[in-house]
Amino acid sequence: MTTASVTIDPAAPTRTPRRSKSDRRGIRSPYPSWFYIPAGVLYLIFFAIPTFSSFYFALTRWTLFSQTFIGFGNFVQFFQTPALTQGFVNTFIYGFVTSAAKVVIGLALALLLTGATFGRGYLRAVVFFPVLVSTVGVGLTFKALLNPFHGVVNQVLGFFHLPQPGWYTDPHLALLTVAGVDIWKGVGIATLIFMAGIVAIPSEYFEAARVDGAGSWNVFRNITLPLARPAMATVIILSLIGRLRSFDLIWAMTNGGPGFSSDVIASVIYKQYQAGFFGLSTAGNVILFLVVTAIMLPVQWFLNRREAEL
Amino acid sequence: MTVTRAITTAPRGASGGLHPPRRPMTARRFARKYLIGIIAILVSIIVFLVPFIFILLQAAKDPKDAGLMGFDLPTTWQFWQNLVAVIQNNSYQVLAAFINSFILTIASVAIMVVFSAMCGYLLHRRRTRLNPLVNFLVLAGLIVPPAVVPTIWVLQGVGMFDTLPGMILIEATLGLPFSILLFRAFVATIPRELDEAAIIDGAGPMRLFFRVILPLLRPVVVTVVVVQAVAVFNDFTGPLYFLPSSANPTVQLTLYNFQSQSVSQYNLLFMNILLITIPPLIMYIFFNRQIVAGMTSGAVKG
Repeated sequence: MTTASVTIDPAAPTRTPRRSKSDRRGIRSPYPSWFYIPAGVLYLIFFAIPTFSSFYFALTRWTLFSQTFIGFGNFVQFFQTPALTQGFVNTFIYGFVTSAAKVVIGLALALLLTGATFGRGYLRAVVFFPVLVSTVGVGLTFKALLNPFHGVVNQVLGFFHLPQPGWYTDPHLALLTVAGVDIWKGVGIATLIFMAGIVAIPSEYFEAARVDGAGSWNVFRNITLPLARPAMATVIILSLIGRLRSFDLIWAMTNGGPGFSSDVIASVIYKQYQAGFFGLSTAGNVILFLVVTAIMLPVQWFLNRREAEL
Repeated sequence: MTVTRAITTAPRGASGGLHPPRRPMTARRFARKYLIGIIAILVSIIVFLVPFIFILLQAAKDPKDAGLMGFDLPTTWQFWQNLVAVIQNNSYQVLAAFINSFILTIASVAIMVVFSAMCGYLLHRRRTRLNPLVNFLVLAGLIVPPAVVPTIWVLQGVGMFDTLPGMILIEATLGLPFSILLFRAFVATIPRELDEAAIIDGAGPMRLFFRVILPLLRPVVVTVVVVQAVAVFNDFTGPLYFLPSSANPTVQLTLYNFQSQSVSQYNLLFMNILLITIPPLIMYIFFNRQIVAGMTSGAVKG
């Protein structure tokens, strides 16, 4: 901060006595606090109030017009109904599988696309475009492509006499199938973030390592990987934030089925809301909040700590 | 932001990105450069282009042909008929949905840009006891999933449930935290001397922000507009909860309802998917660089 900015310090007007209007205008802070108000009002009404009240409504039997306080009944019901517990477990699987795959595939693609590979521009465009396409559209397209009977994928597998799994109709595979489509759609953004991280590494490091006789693997292991850590943190955090809360792809492909095999907490919230169990649905929301916080706090702490050590 | 610009405008081919090829082109380096590239291109065609070609082919087929879901050329090309049929379907519902989605996108992004630019600007320029609190709220807004039914309860309380204005305000609110982060980072690159010059010339806070600062924020405004417009346009869950009735359809919901209503009309379903893909495609073609800049921000600073 420069000395010049001290003269327009916000504390100034409190010390000066009242003056004429034009004089005051010159001294009053040019950065008025009410600039926070428009965004603050929206945030308060449409985000903070719902979030805080959810902790109360989660403890009630609720119809929007009347509520009865029932303590932790909703939470007990949530963890005693196998269909709902399944959603709880699936949220973790879905979040971790998609994030891990995006880190691995995204990093590999980023290395390929920052190197001197033929056709980089085309590859980058093609890998990134699915990120921008409607999730519902992607889900419905892959539902047709992976159709167990007529789908293109199984026709090709059949041609090579390979097993033709039921994909989203097989209870054991449904969640992983949806996760796979999510990886297809989201890997482009992971790739871009890794590319930005890798390009930012000063080229002197690579040159020094080469002069010292390091091979490709050593350069990757000891220079690219540690210095691309902020990028990796961003990929993991963004991906986890997005995947833990969303169910649009799951809804477009399986509606949580077959049975409850591909339900996550977010889709359970929607199903309970549709069924009119608003209290139970809100309890699901509180559980999702706790899950997200329980995962994000350690992840963020771990990733930032390692960053600071470098 | 400079870093992402470096990706998009990096000289291709000759100088070859990170490692300038000082060594002569041996057979191994040649293989590395072209063979891997060609394999990657072939794989990318199968993995990434086939689904999009499939959408195009399905959209041009007749209902019986499309129902077979094969990856082959249509027996009868009826691209145009399908397009007209989708638009006329359900008394021009798709047109209404596109108009609604455009209004929703434009209005919510406009609110988001102005409000979050003000916040980001203040957050960087004025250091007070409020700053840690605001920073915490921004992070919380990014991480905490919105509570659904209580939000509906609030919307009903202010009489905006299932209305387009209510949906606009919800989308604007949910987009604020990310936009504020982008603006805060960018305001740091605008020298304070400019503020001081404007103040000495007699500009008040409003004029300083709207006439001096906001025009300088143009690059990041474009980034926020493009990234958030794509996000709002593609949002499915928001309208599903807060704009459920068929009086105000949005494109994502129309697509979803279309799928559950007419199982036999796969050609029209895929024509609908194709139509919905066009706006993001146009955005991508014109604003490629800004989209990349917005989505990769935070990858480098640590």
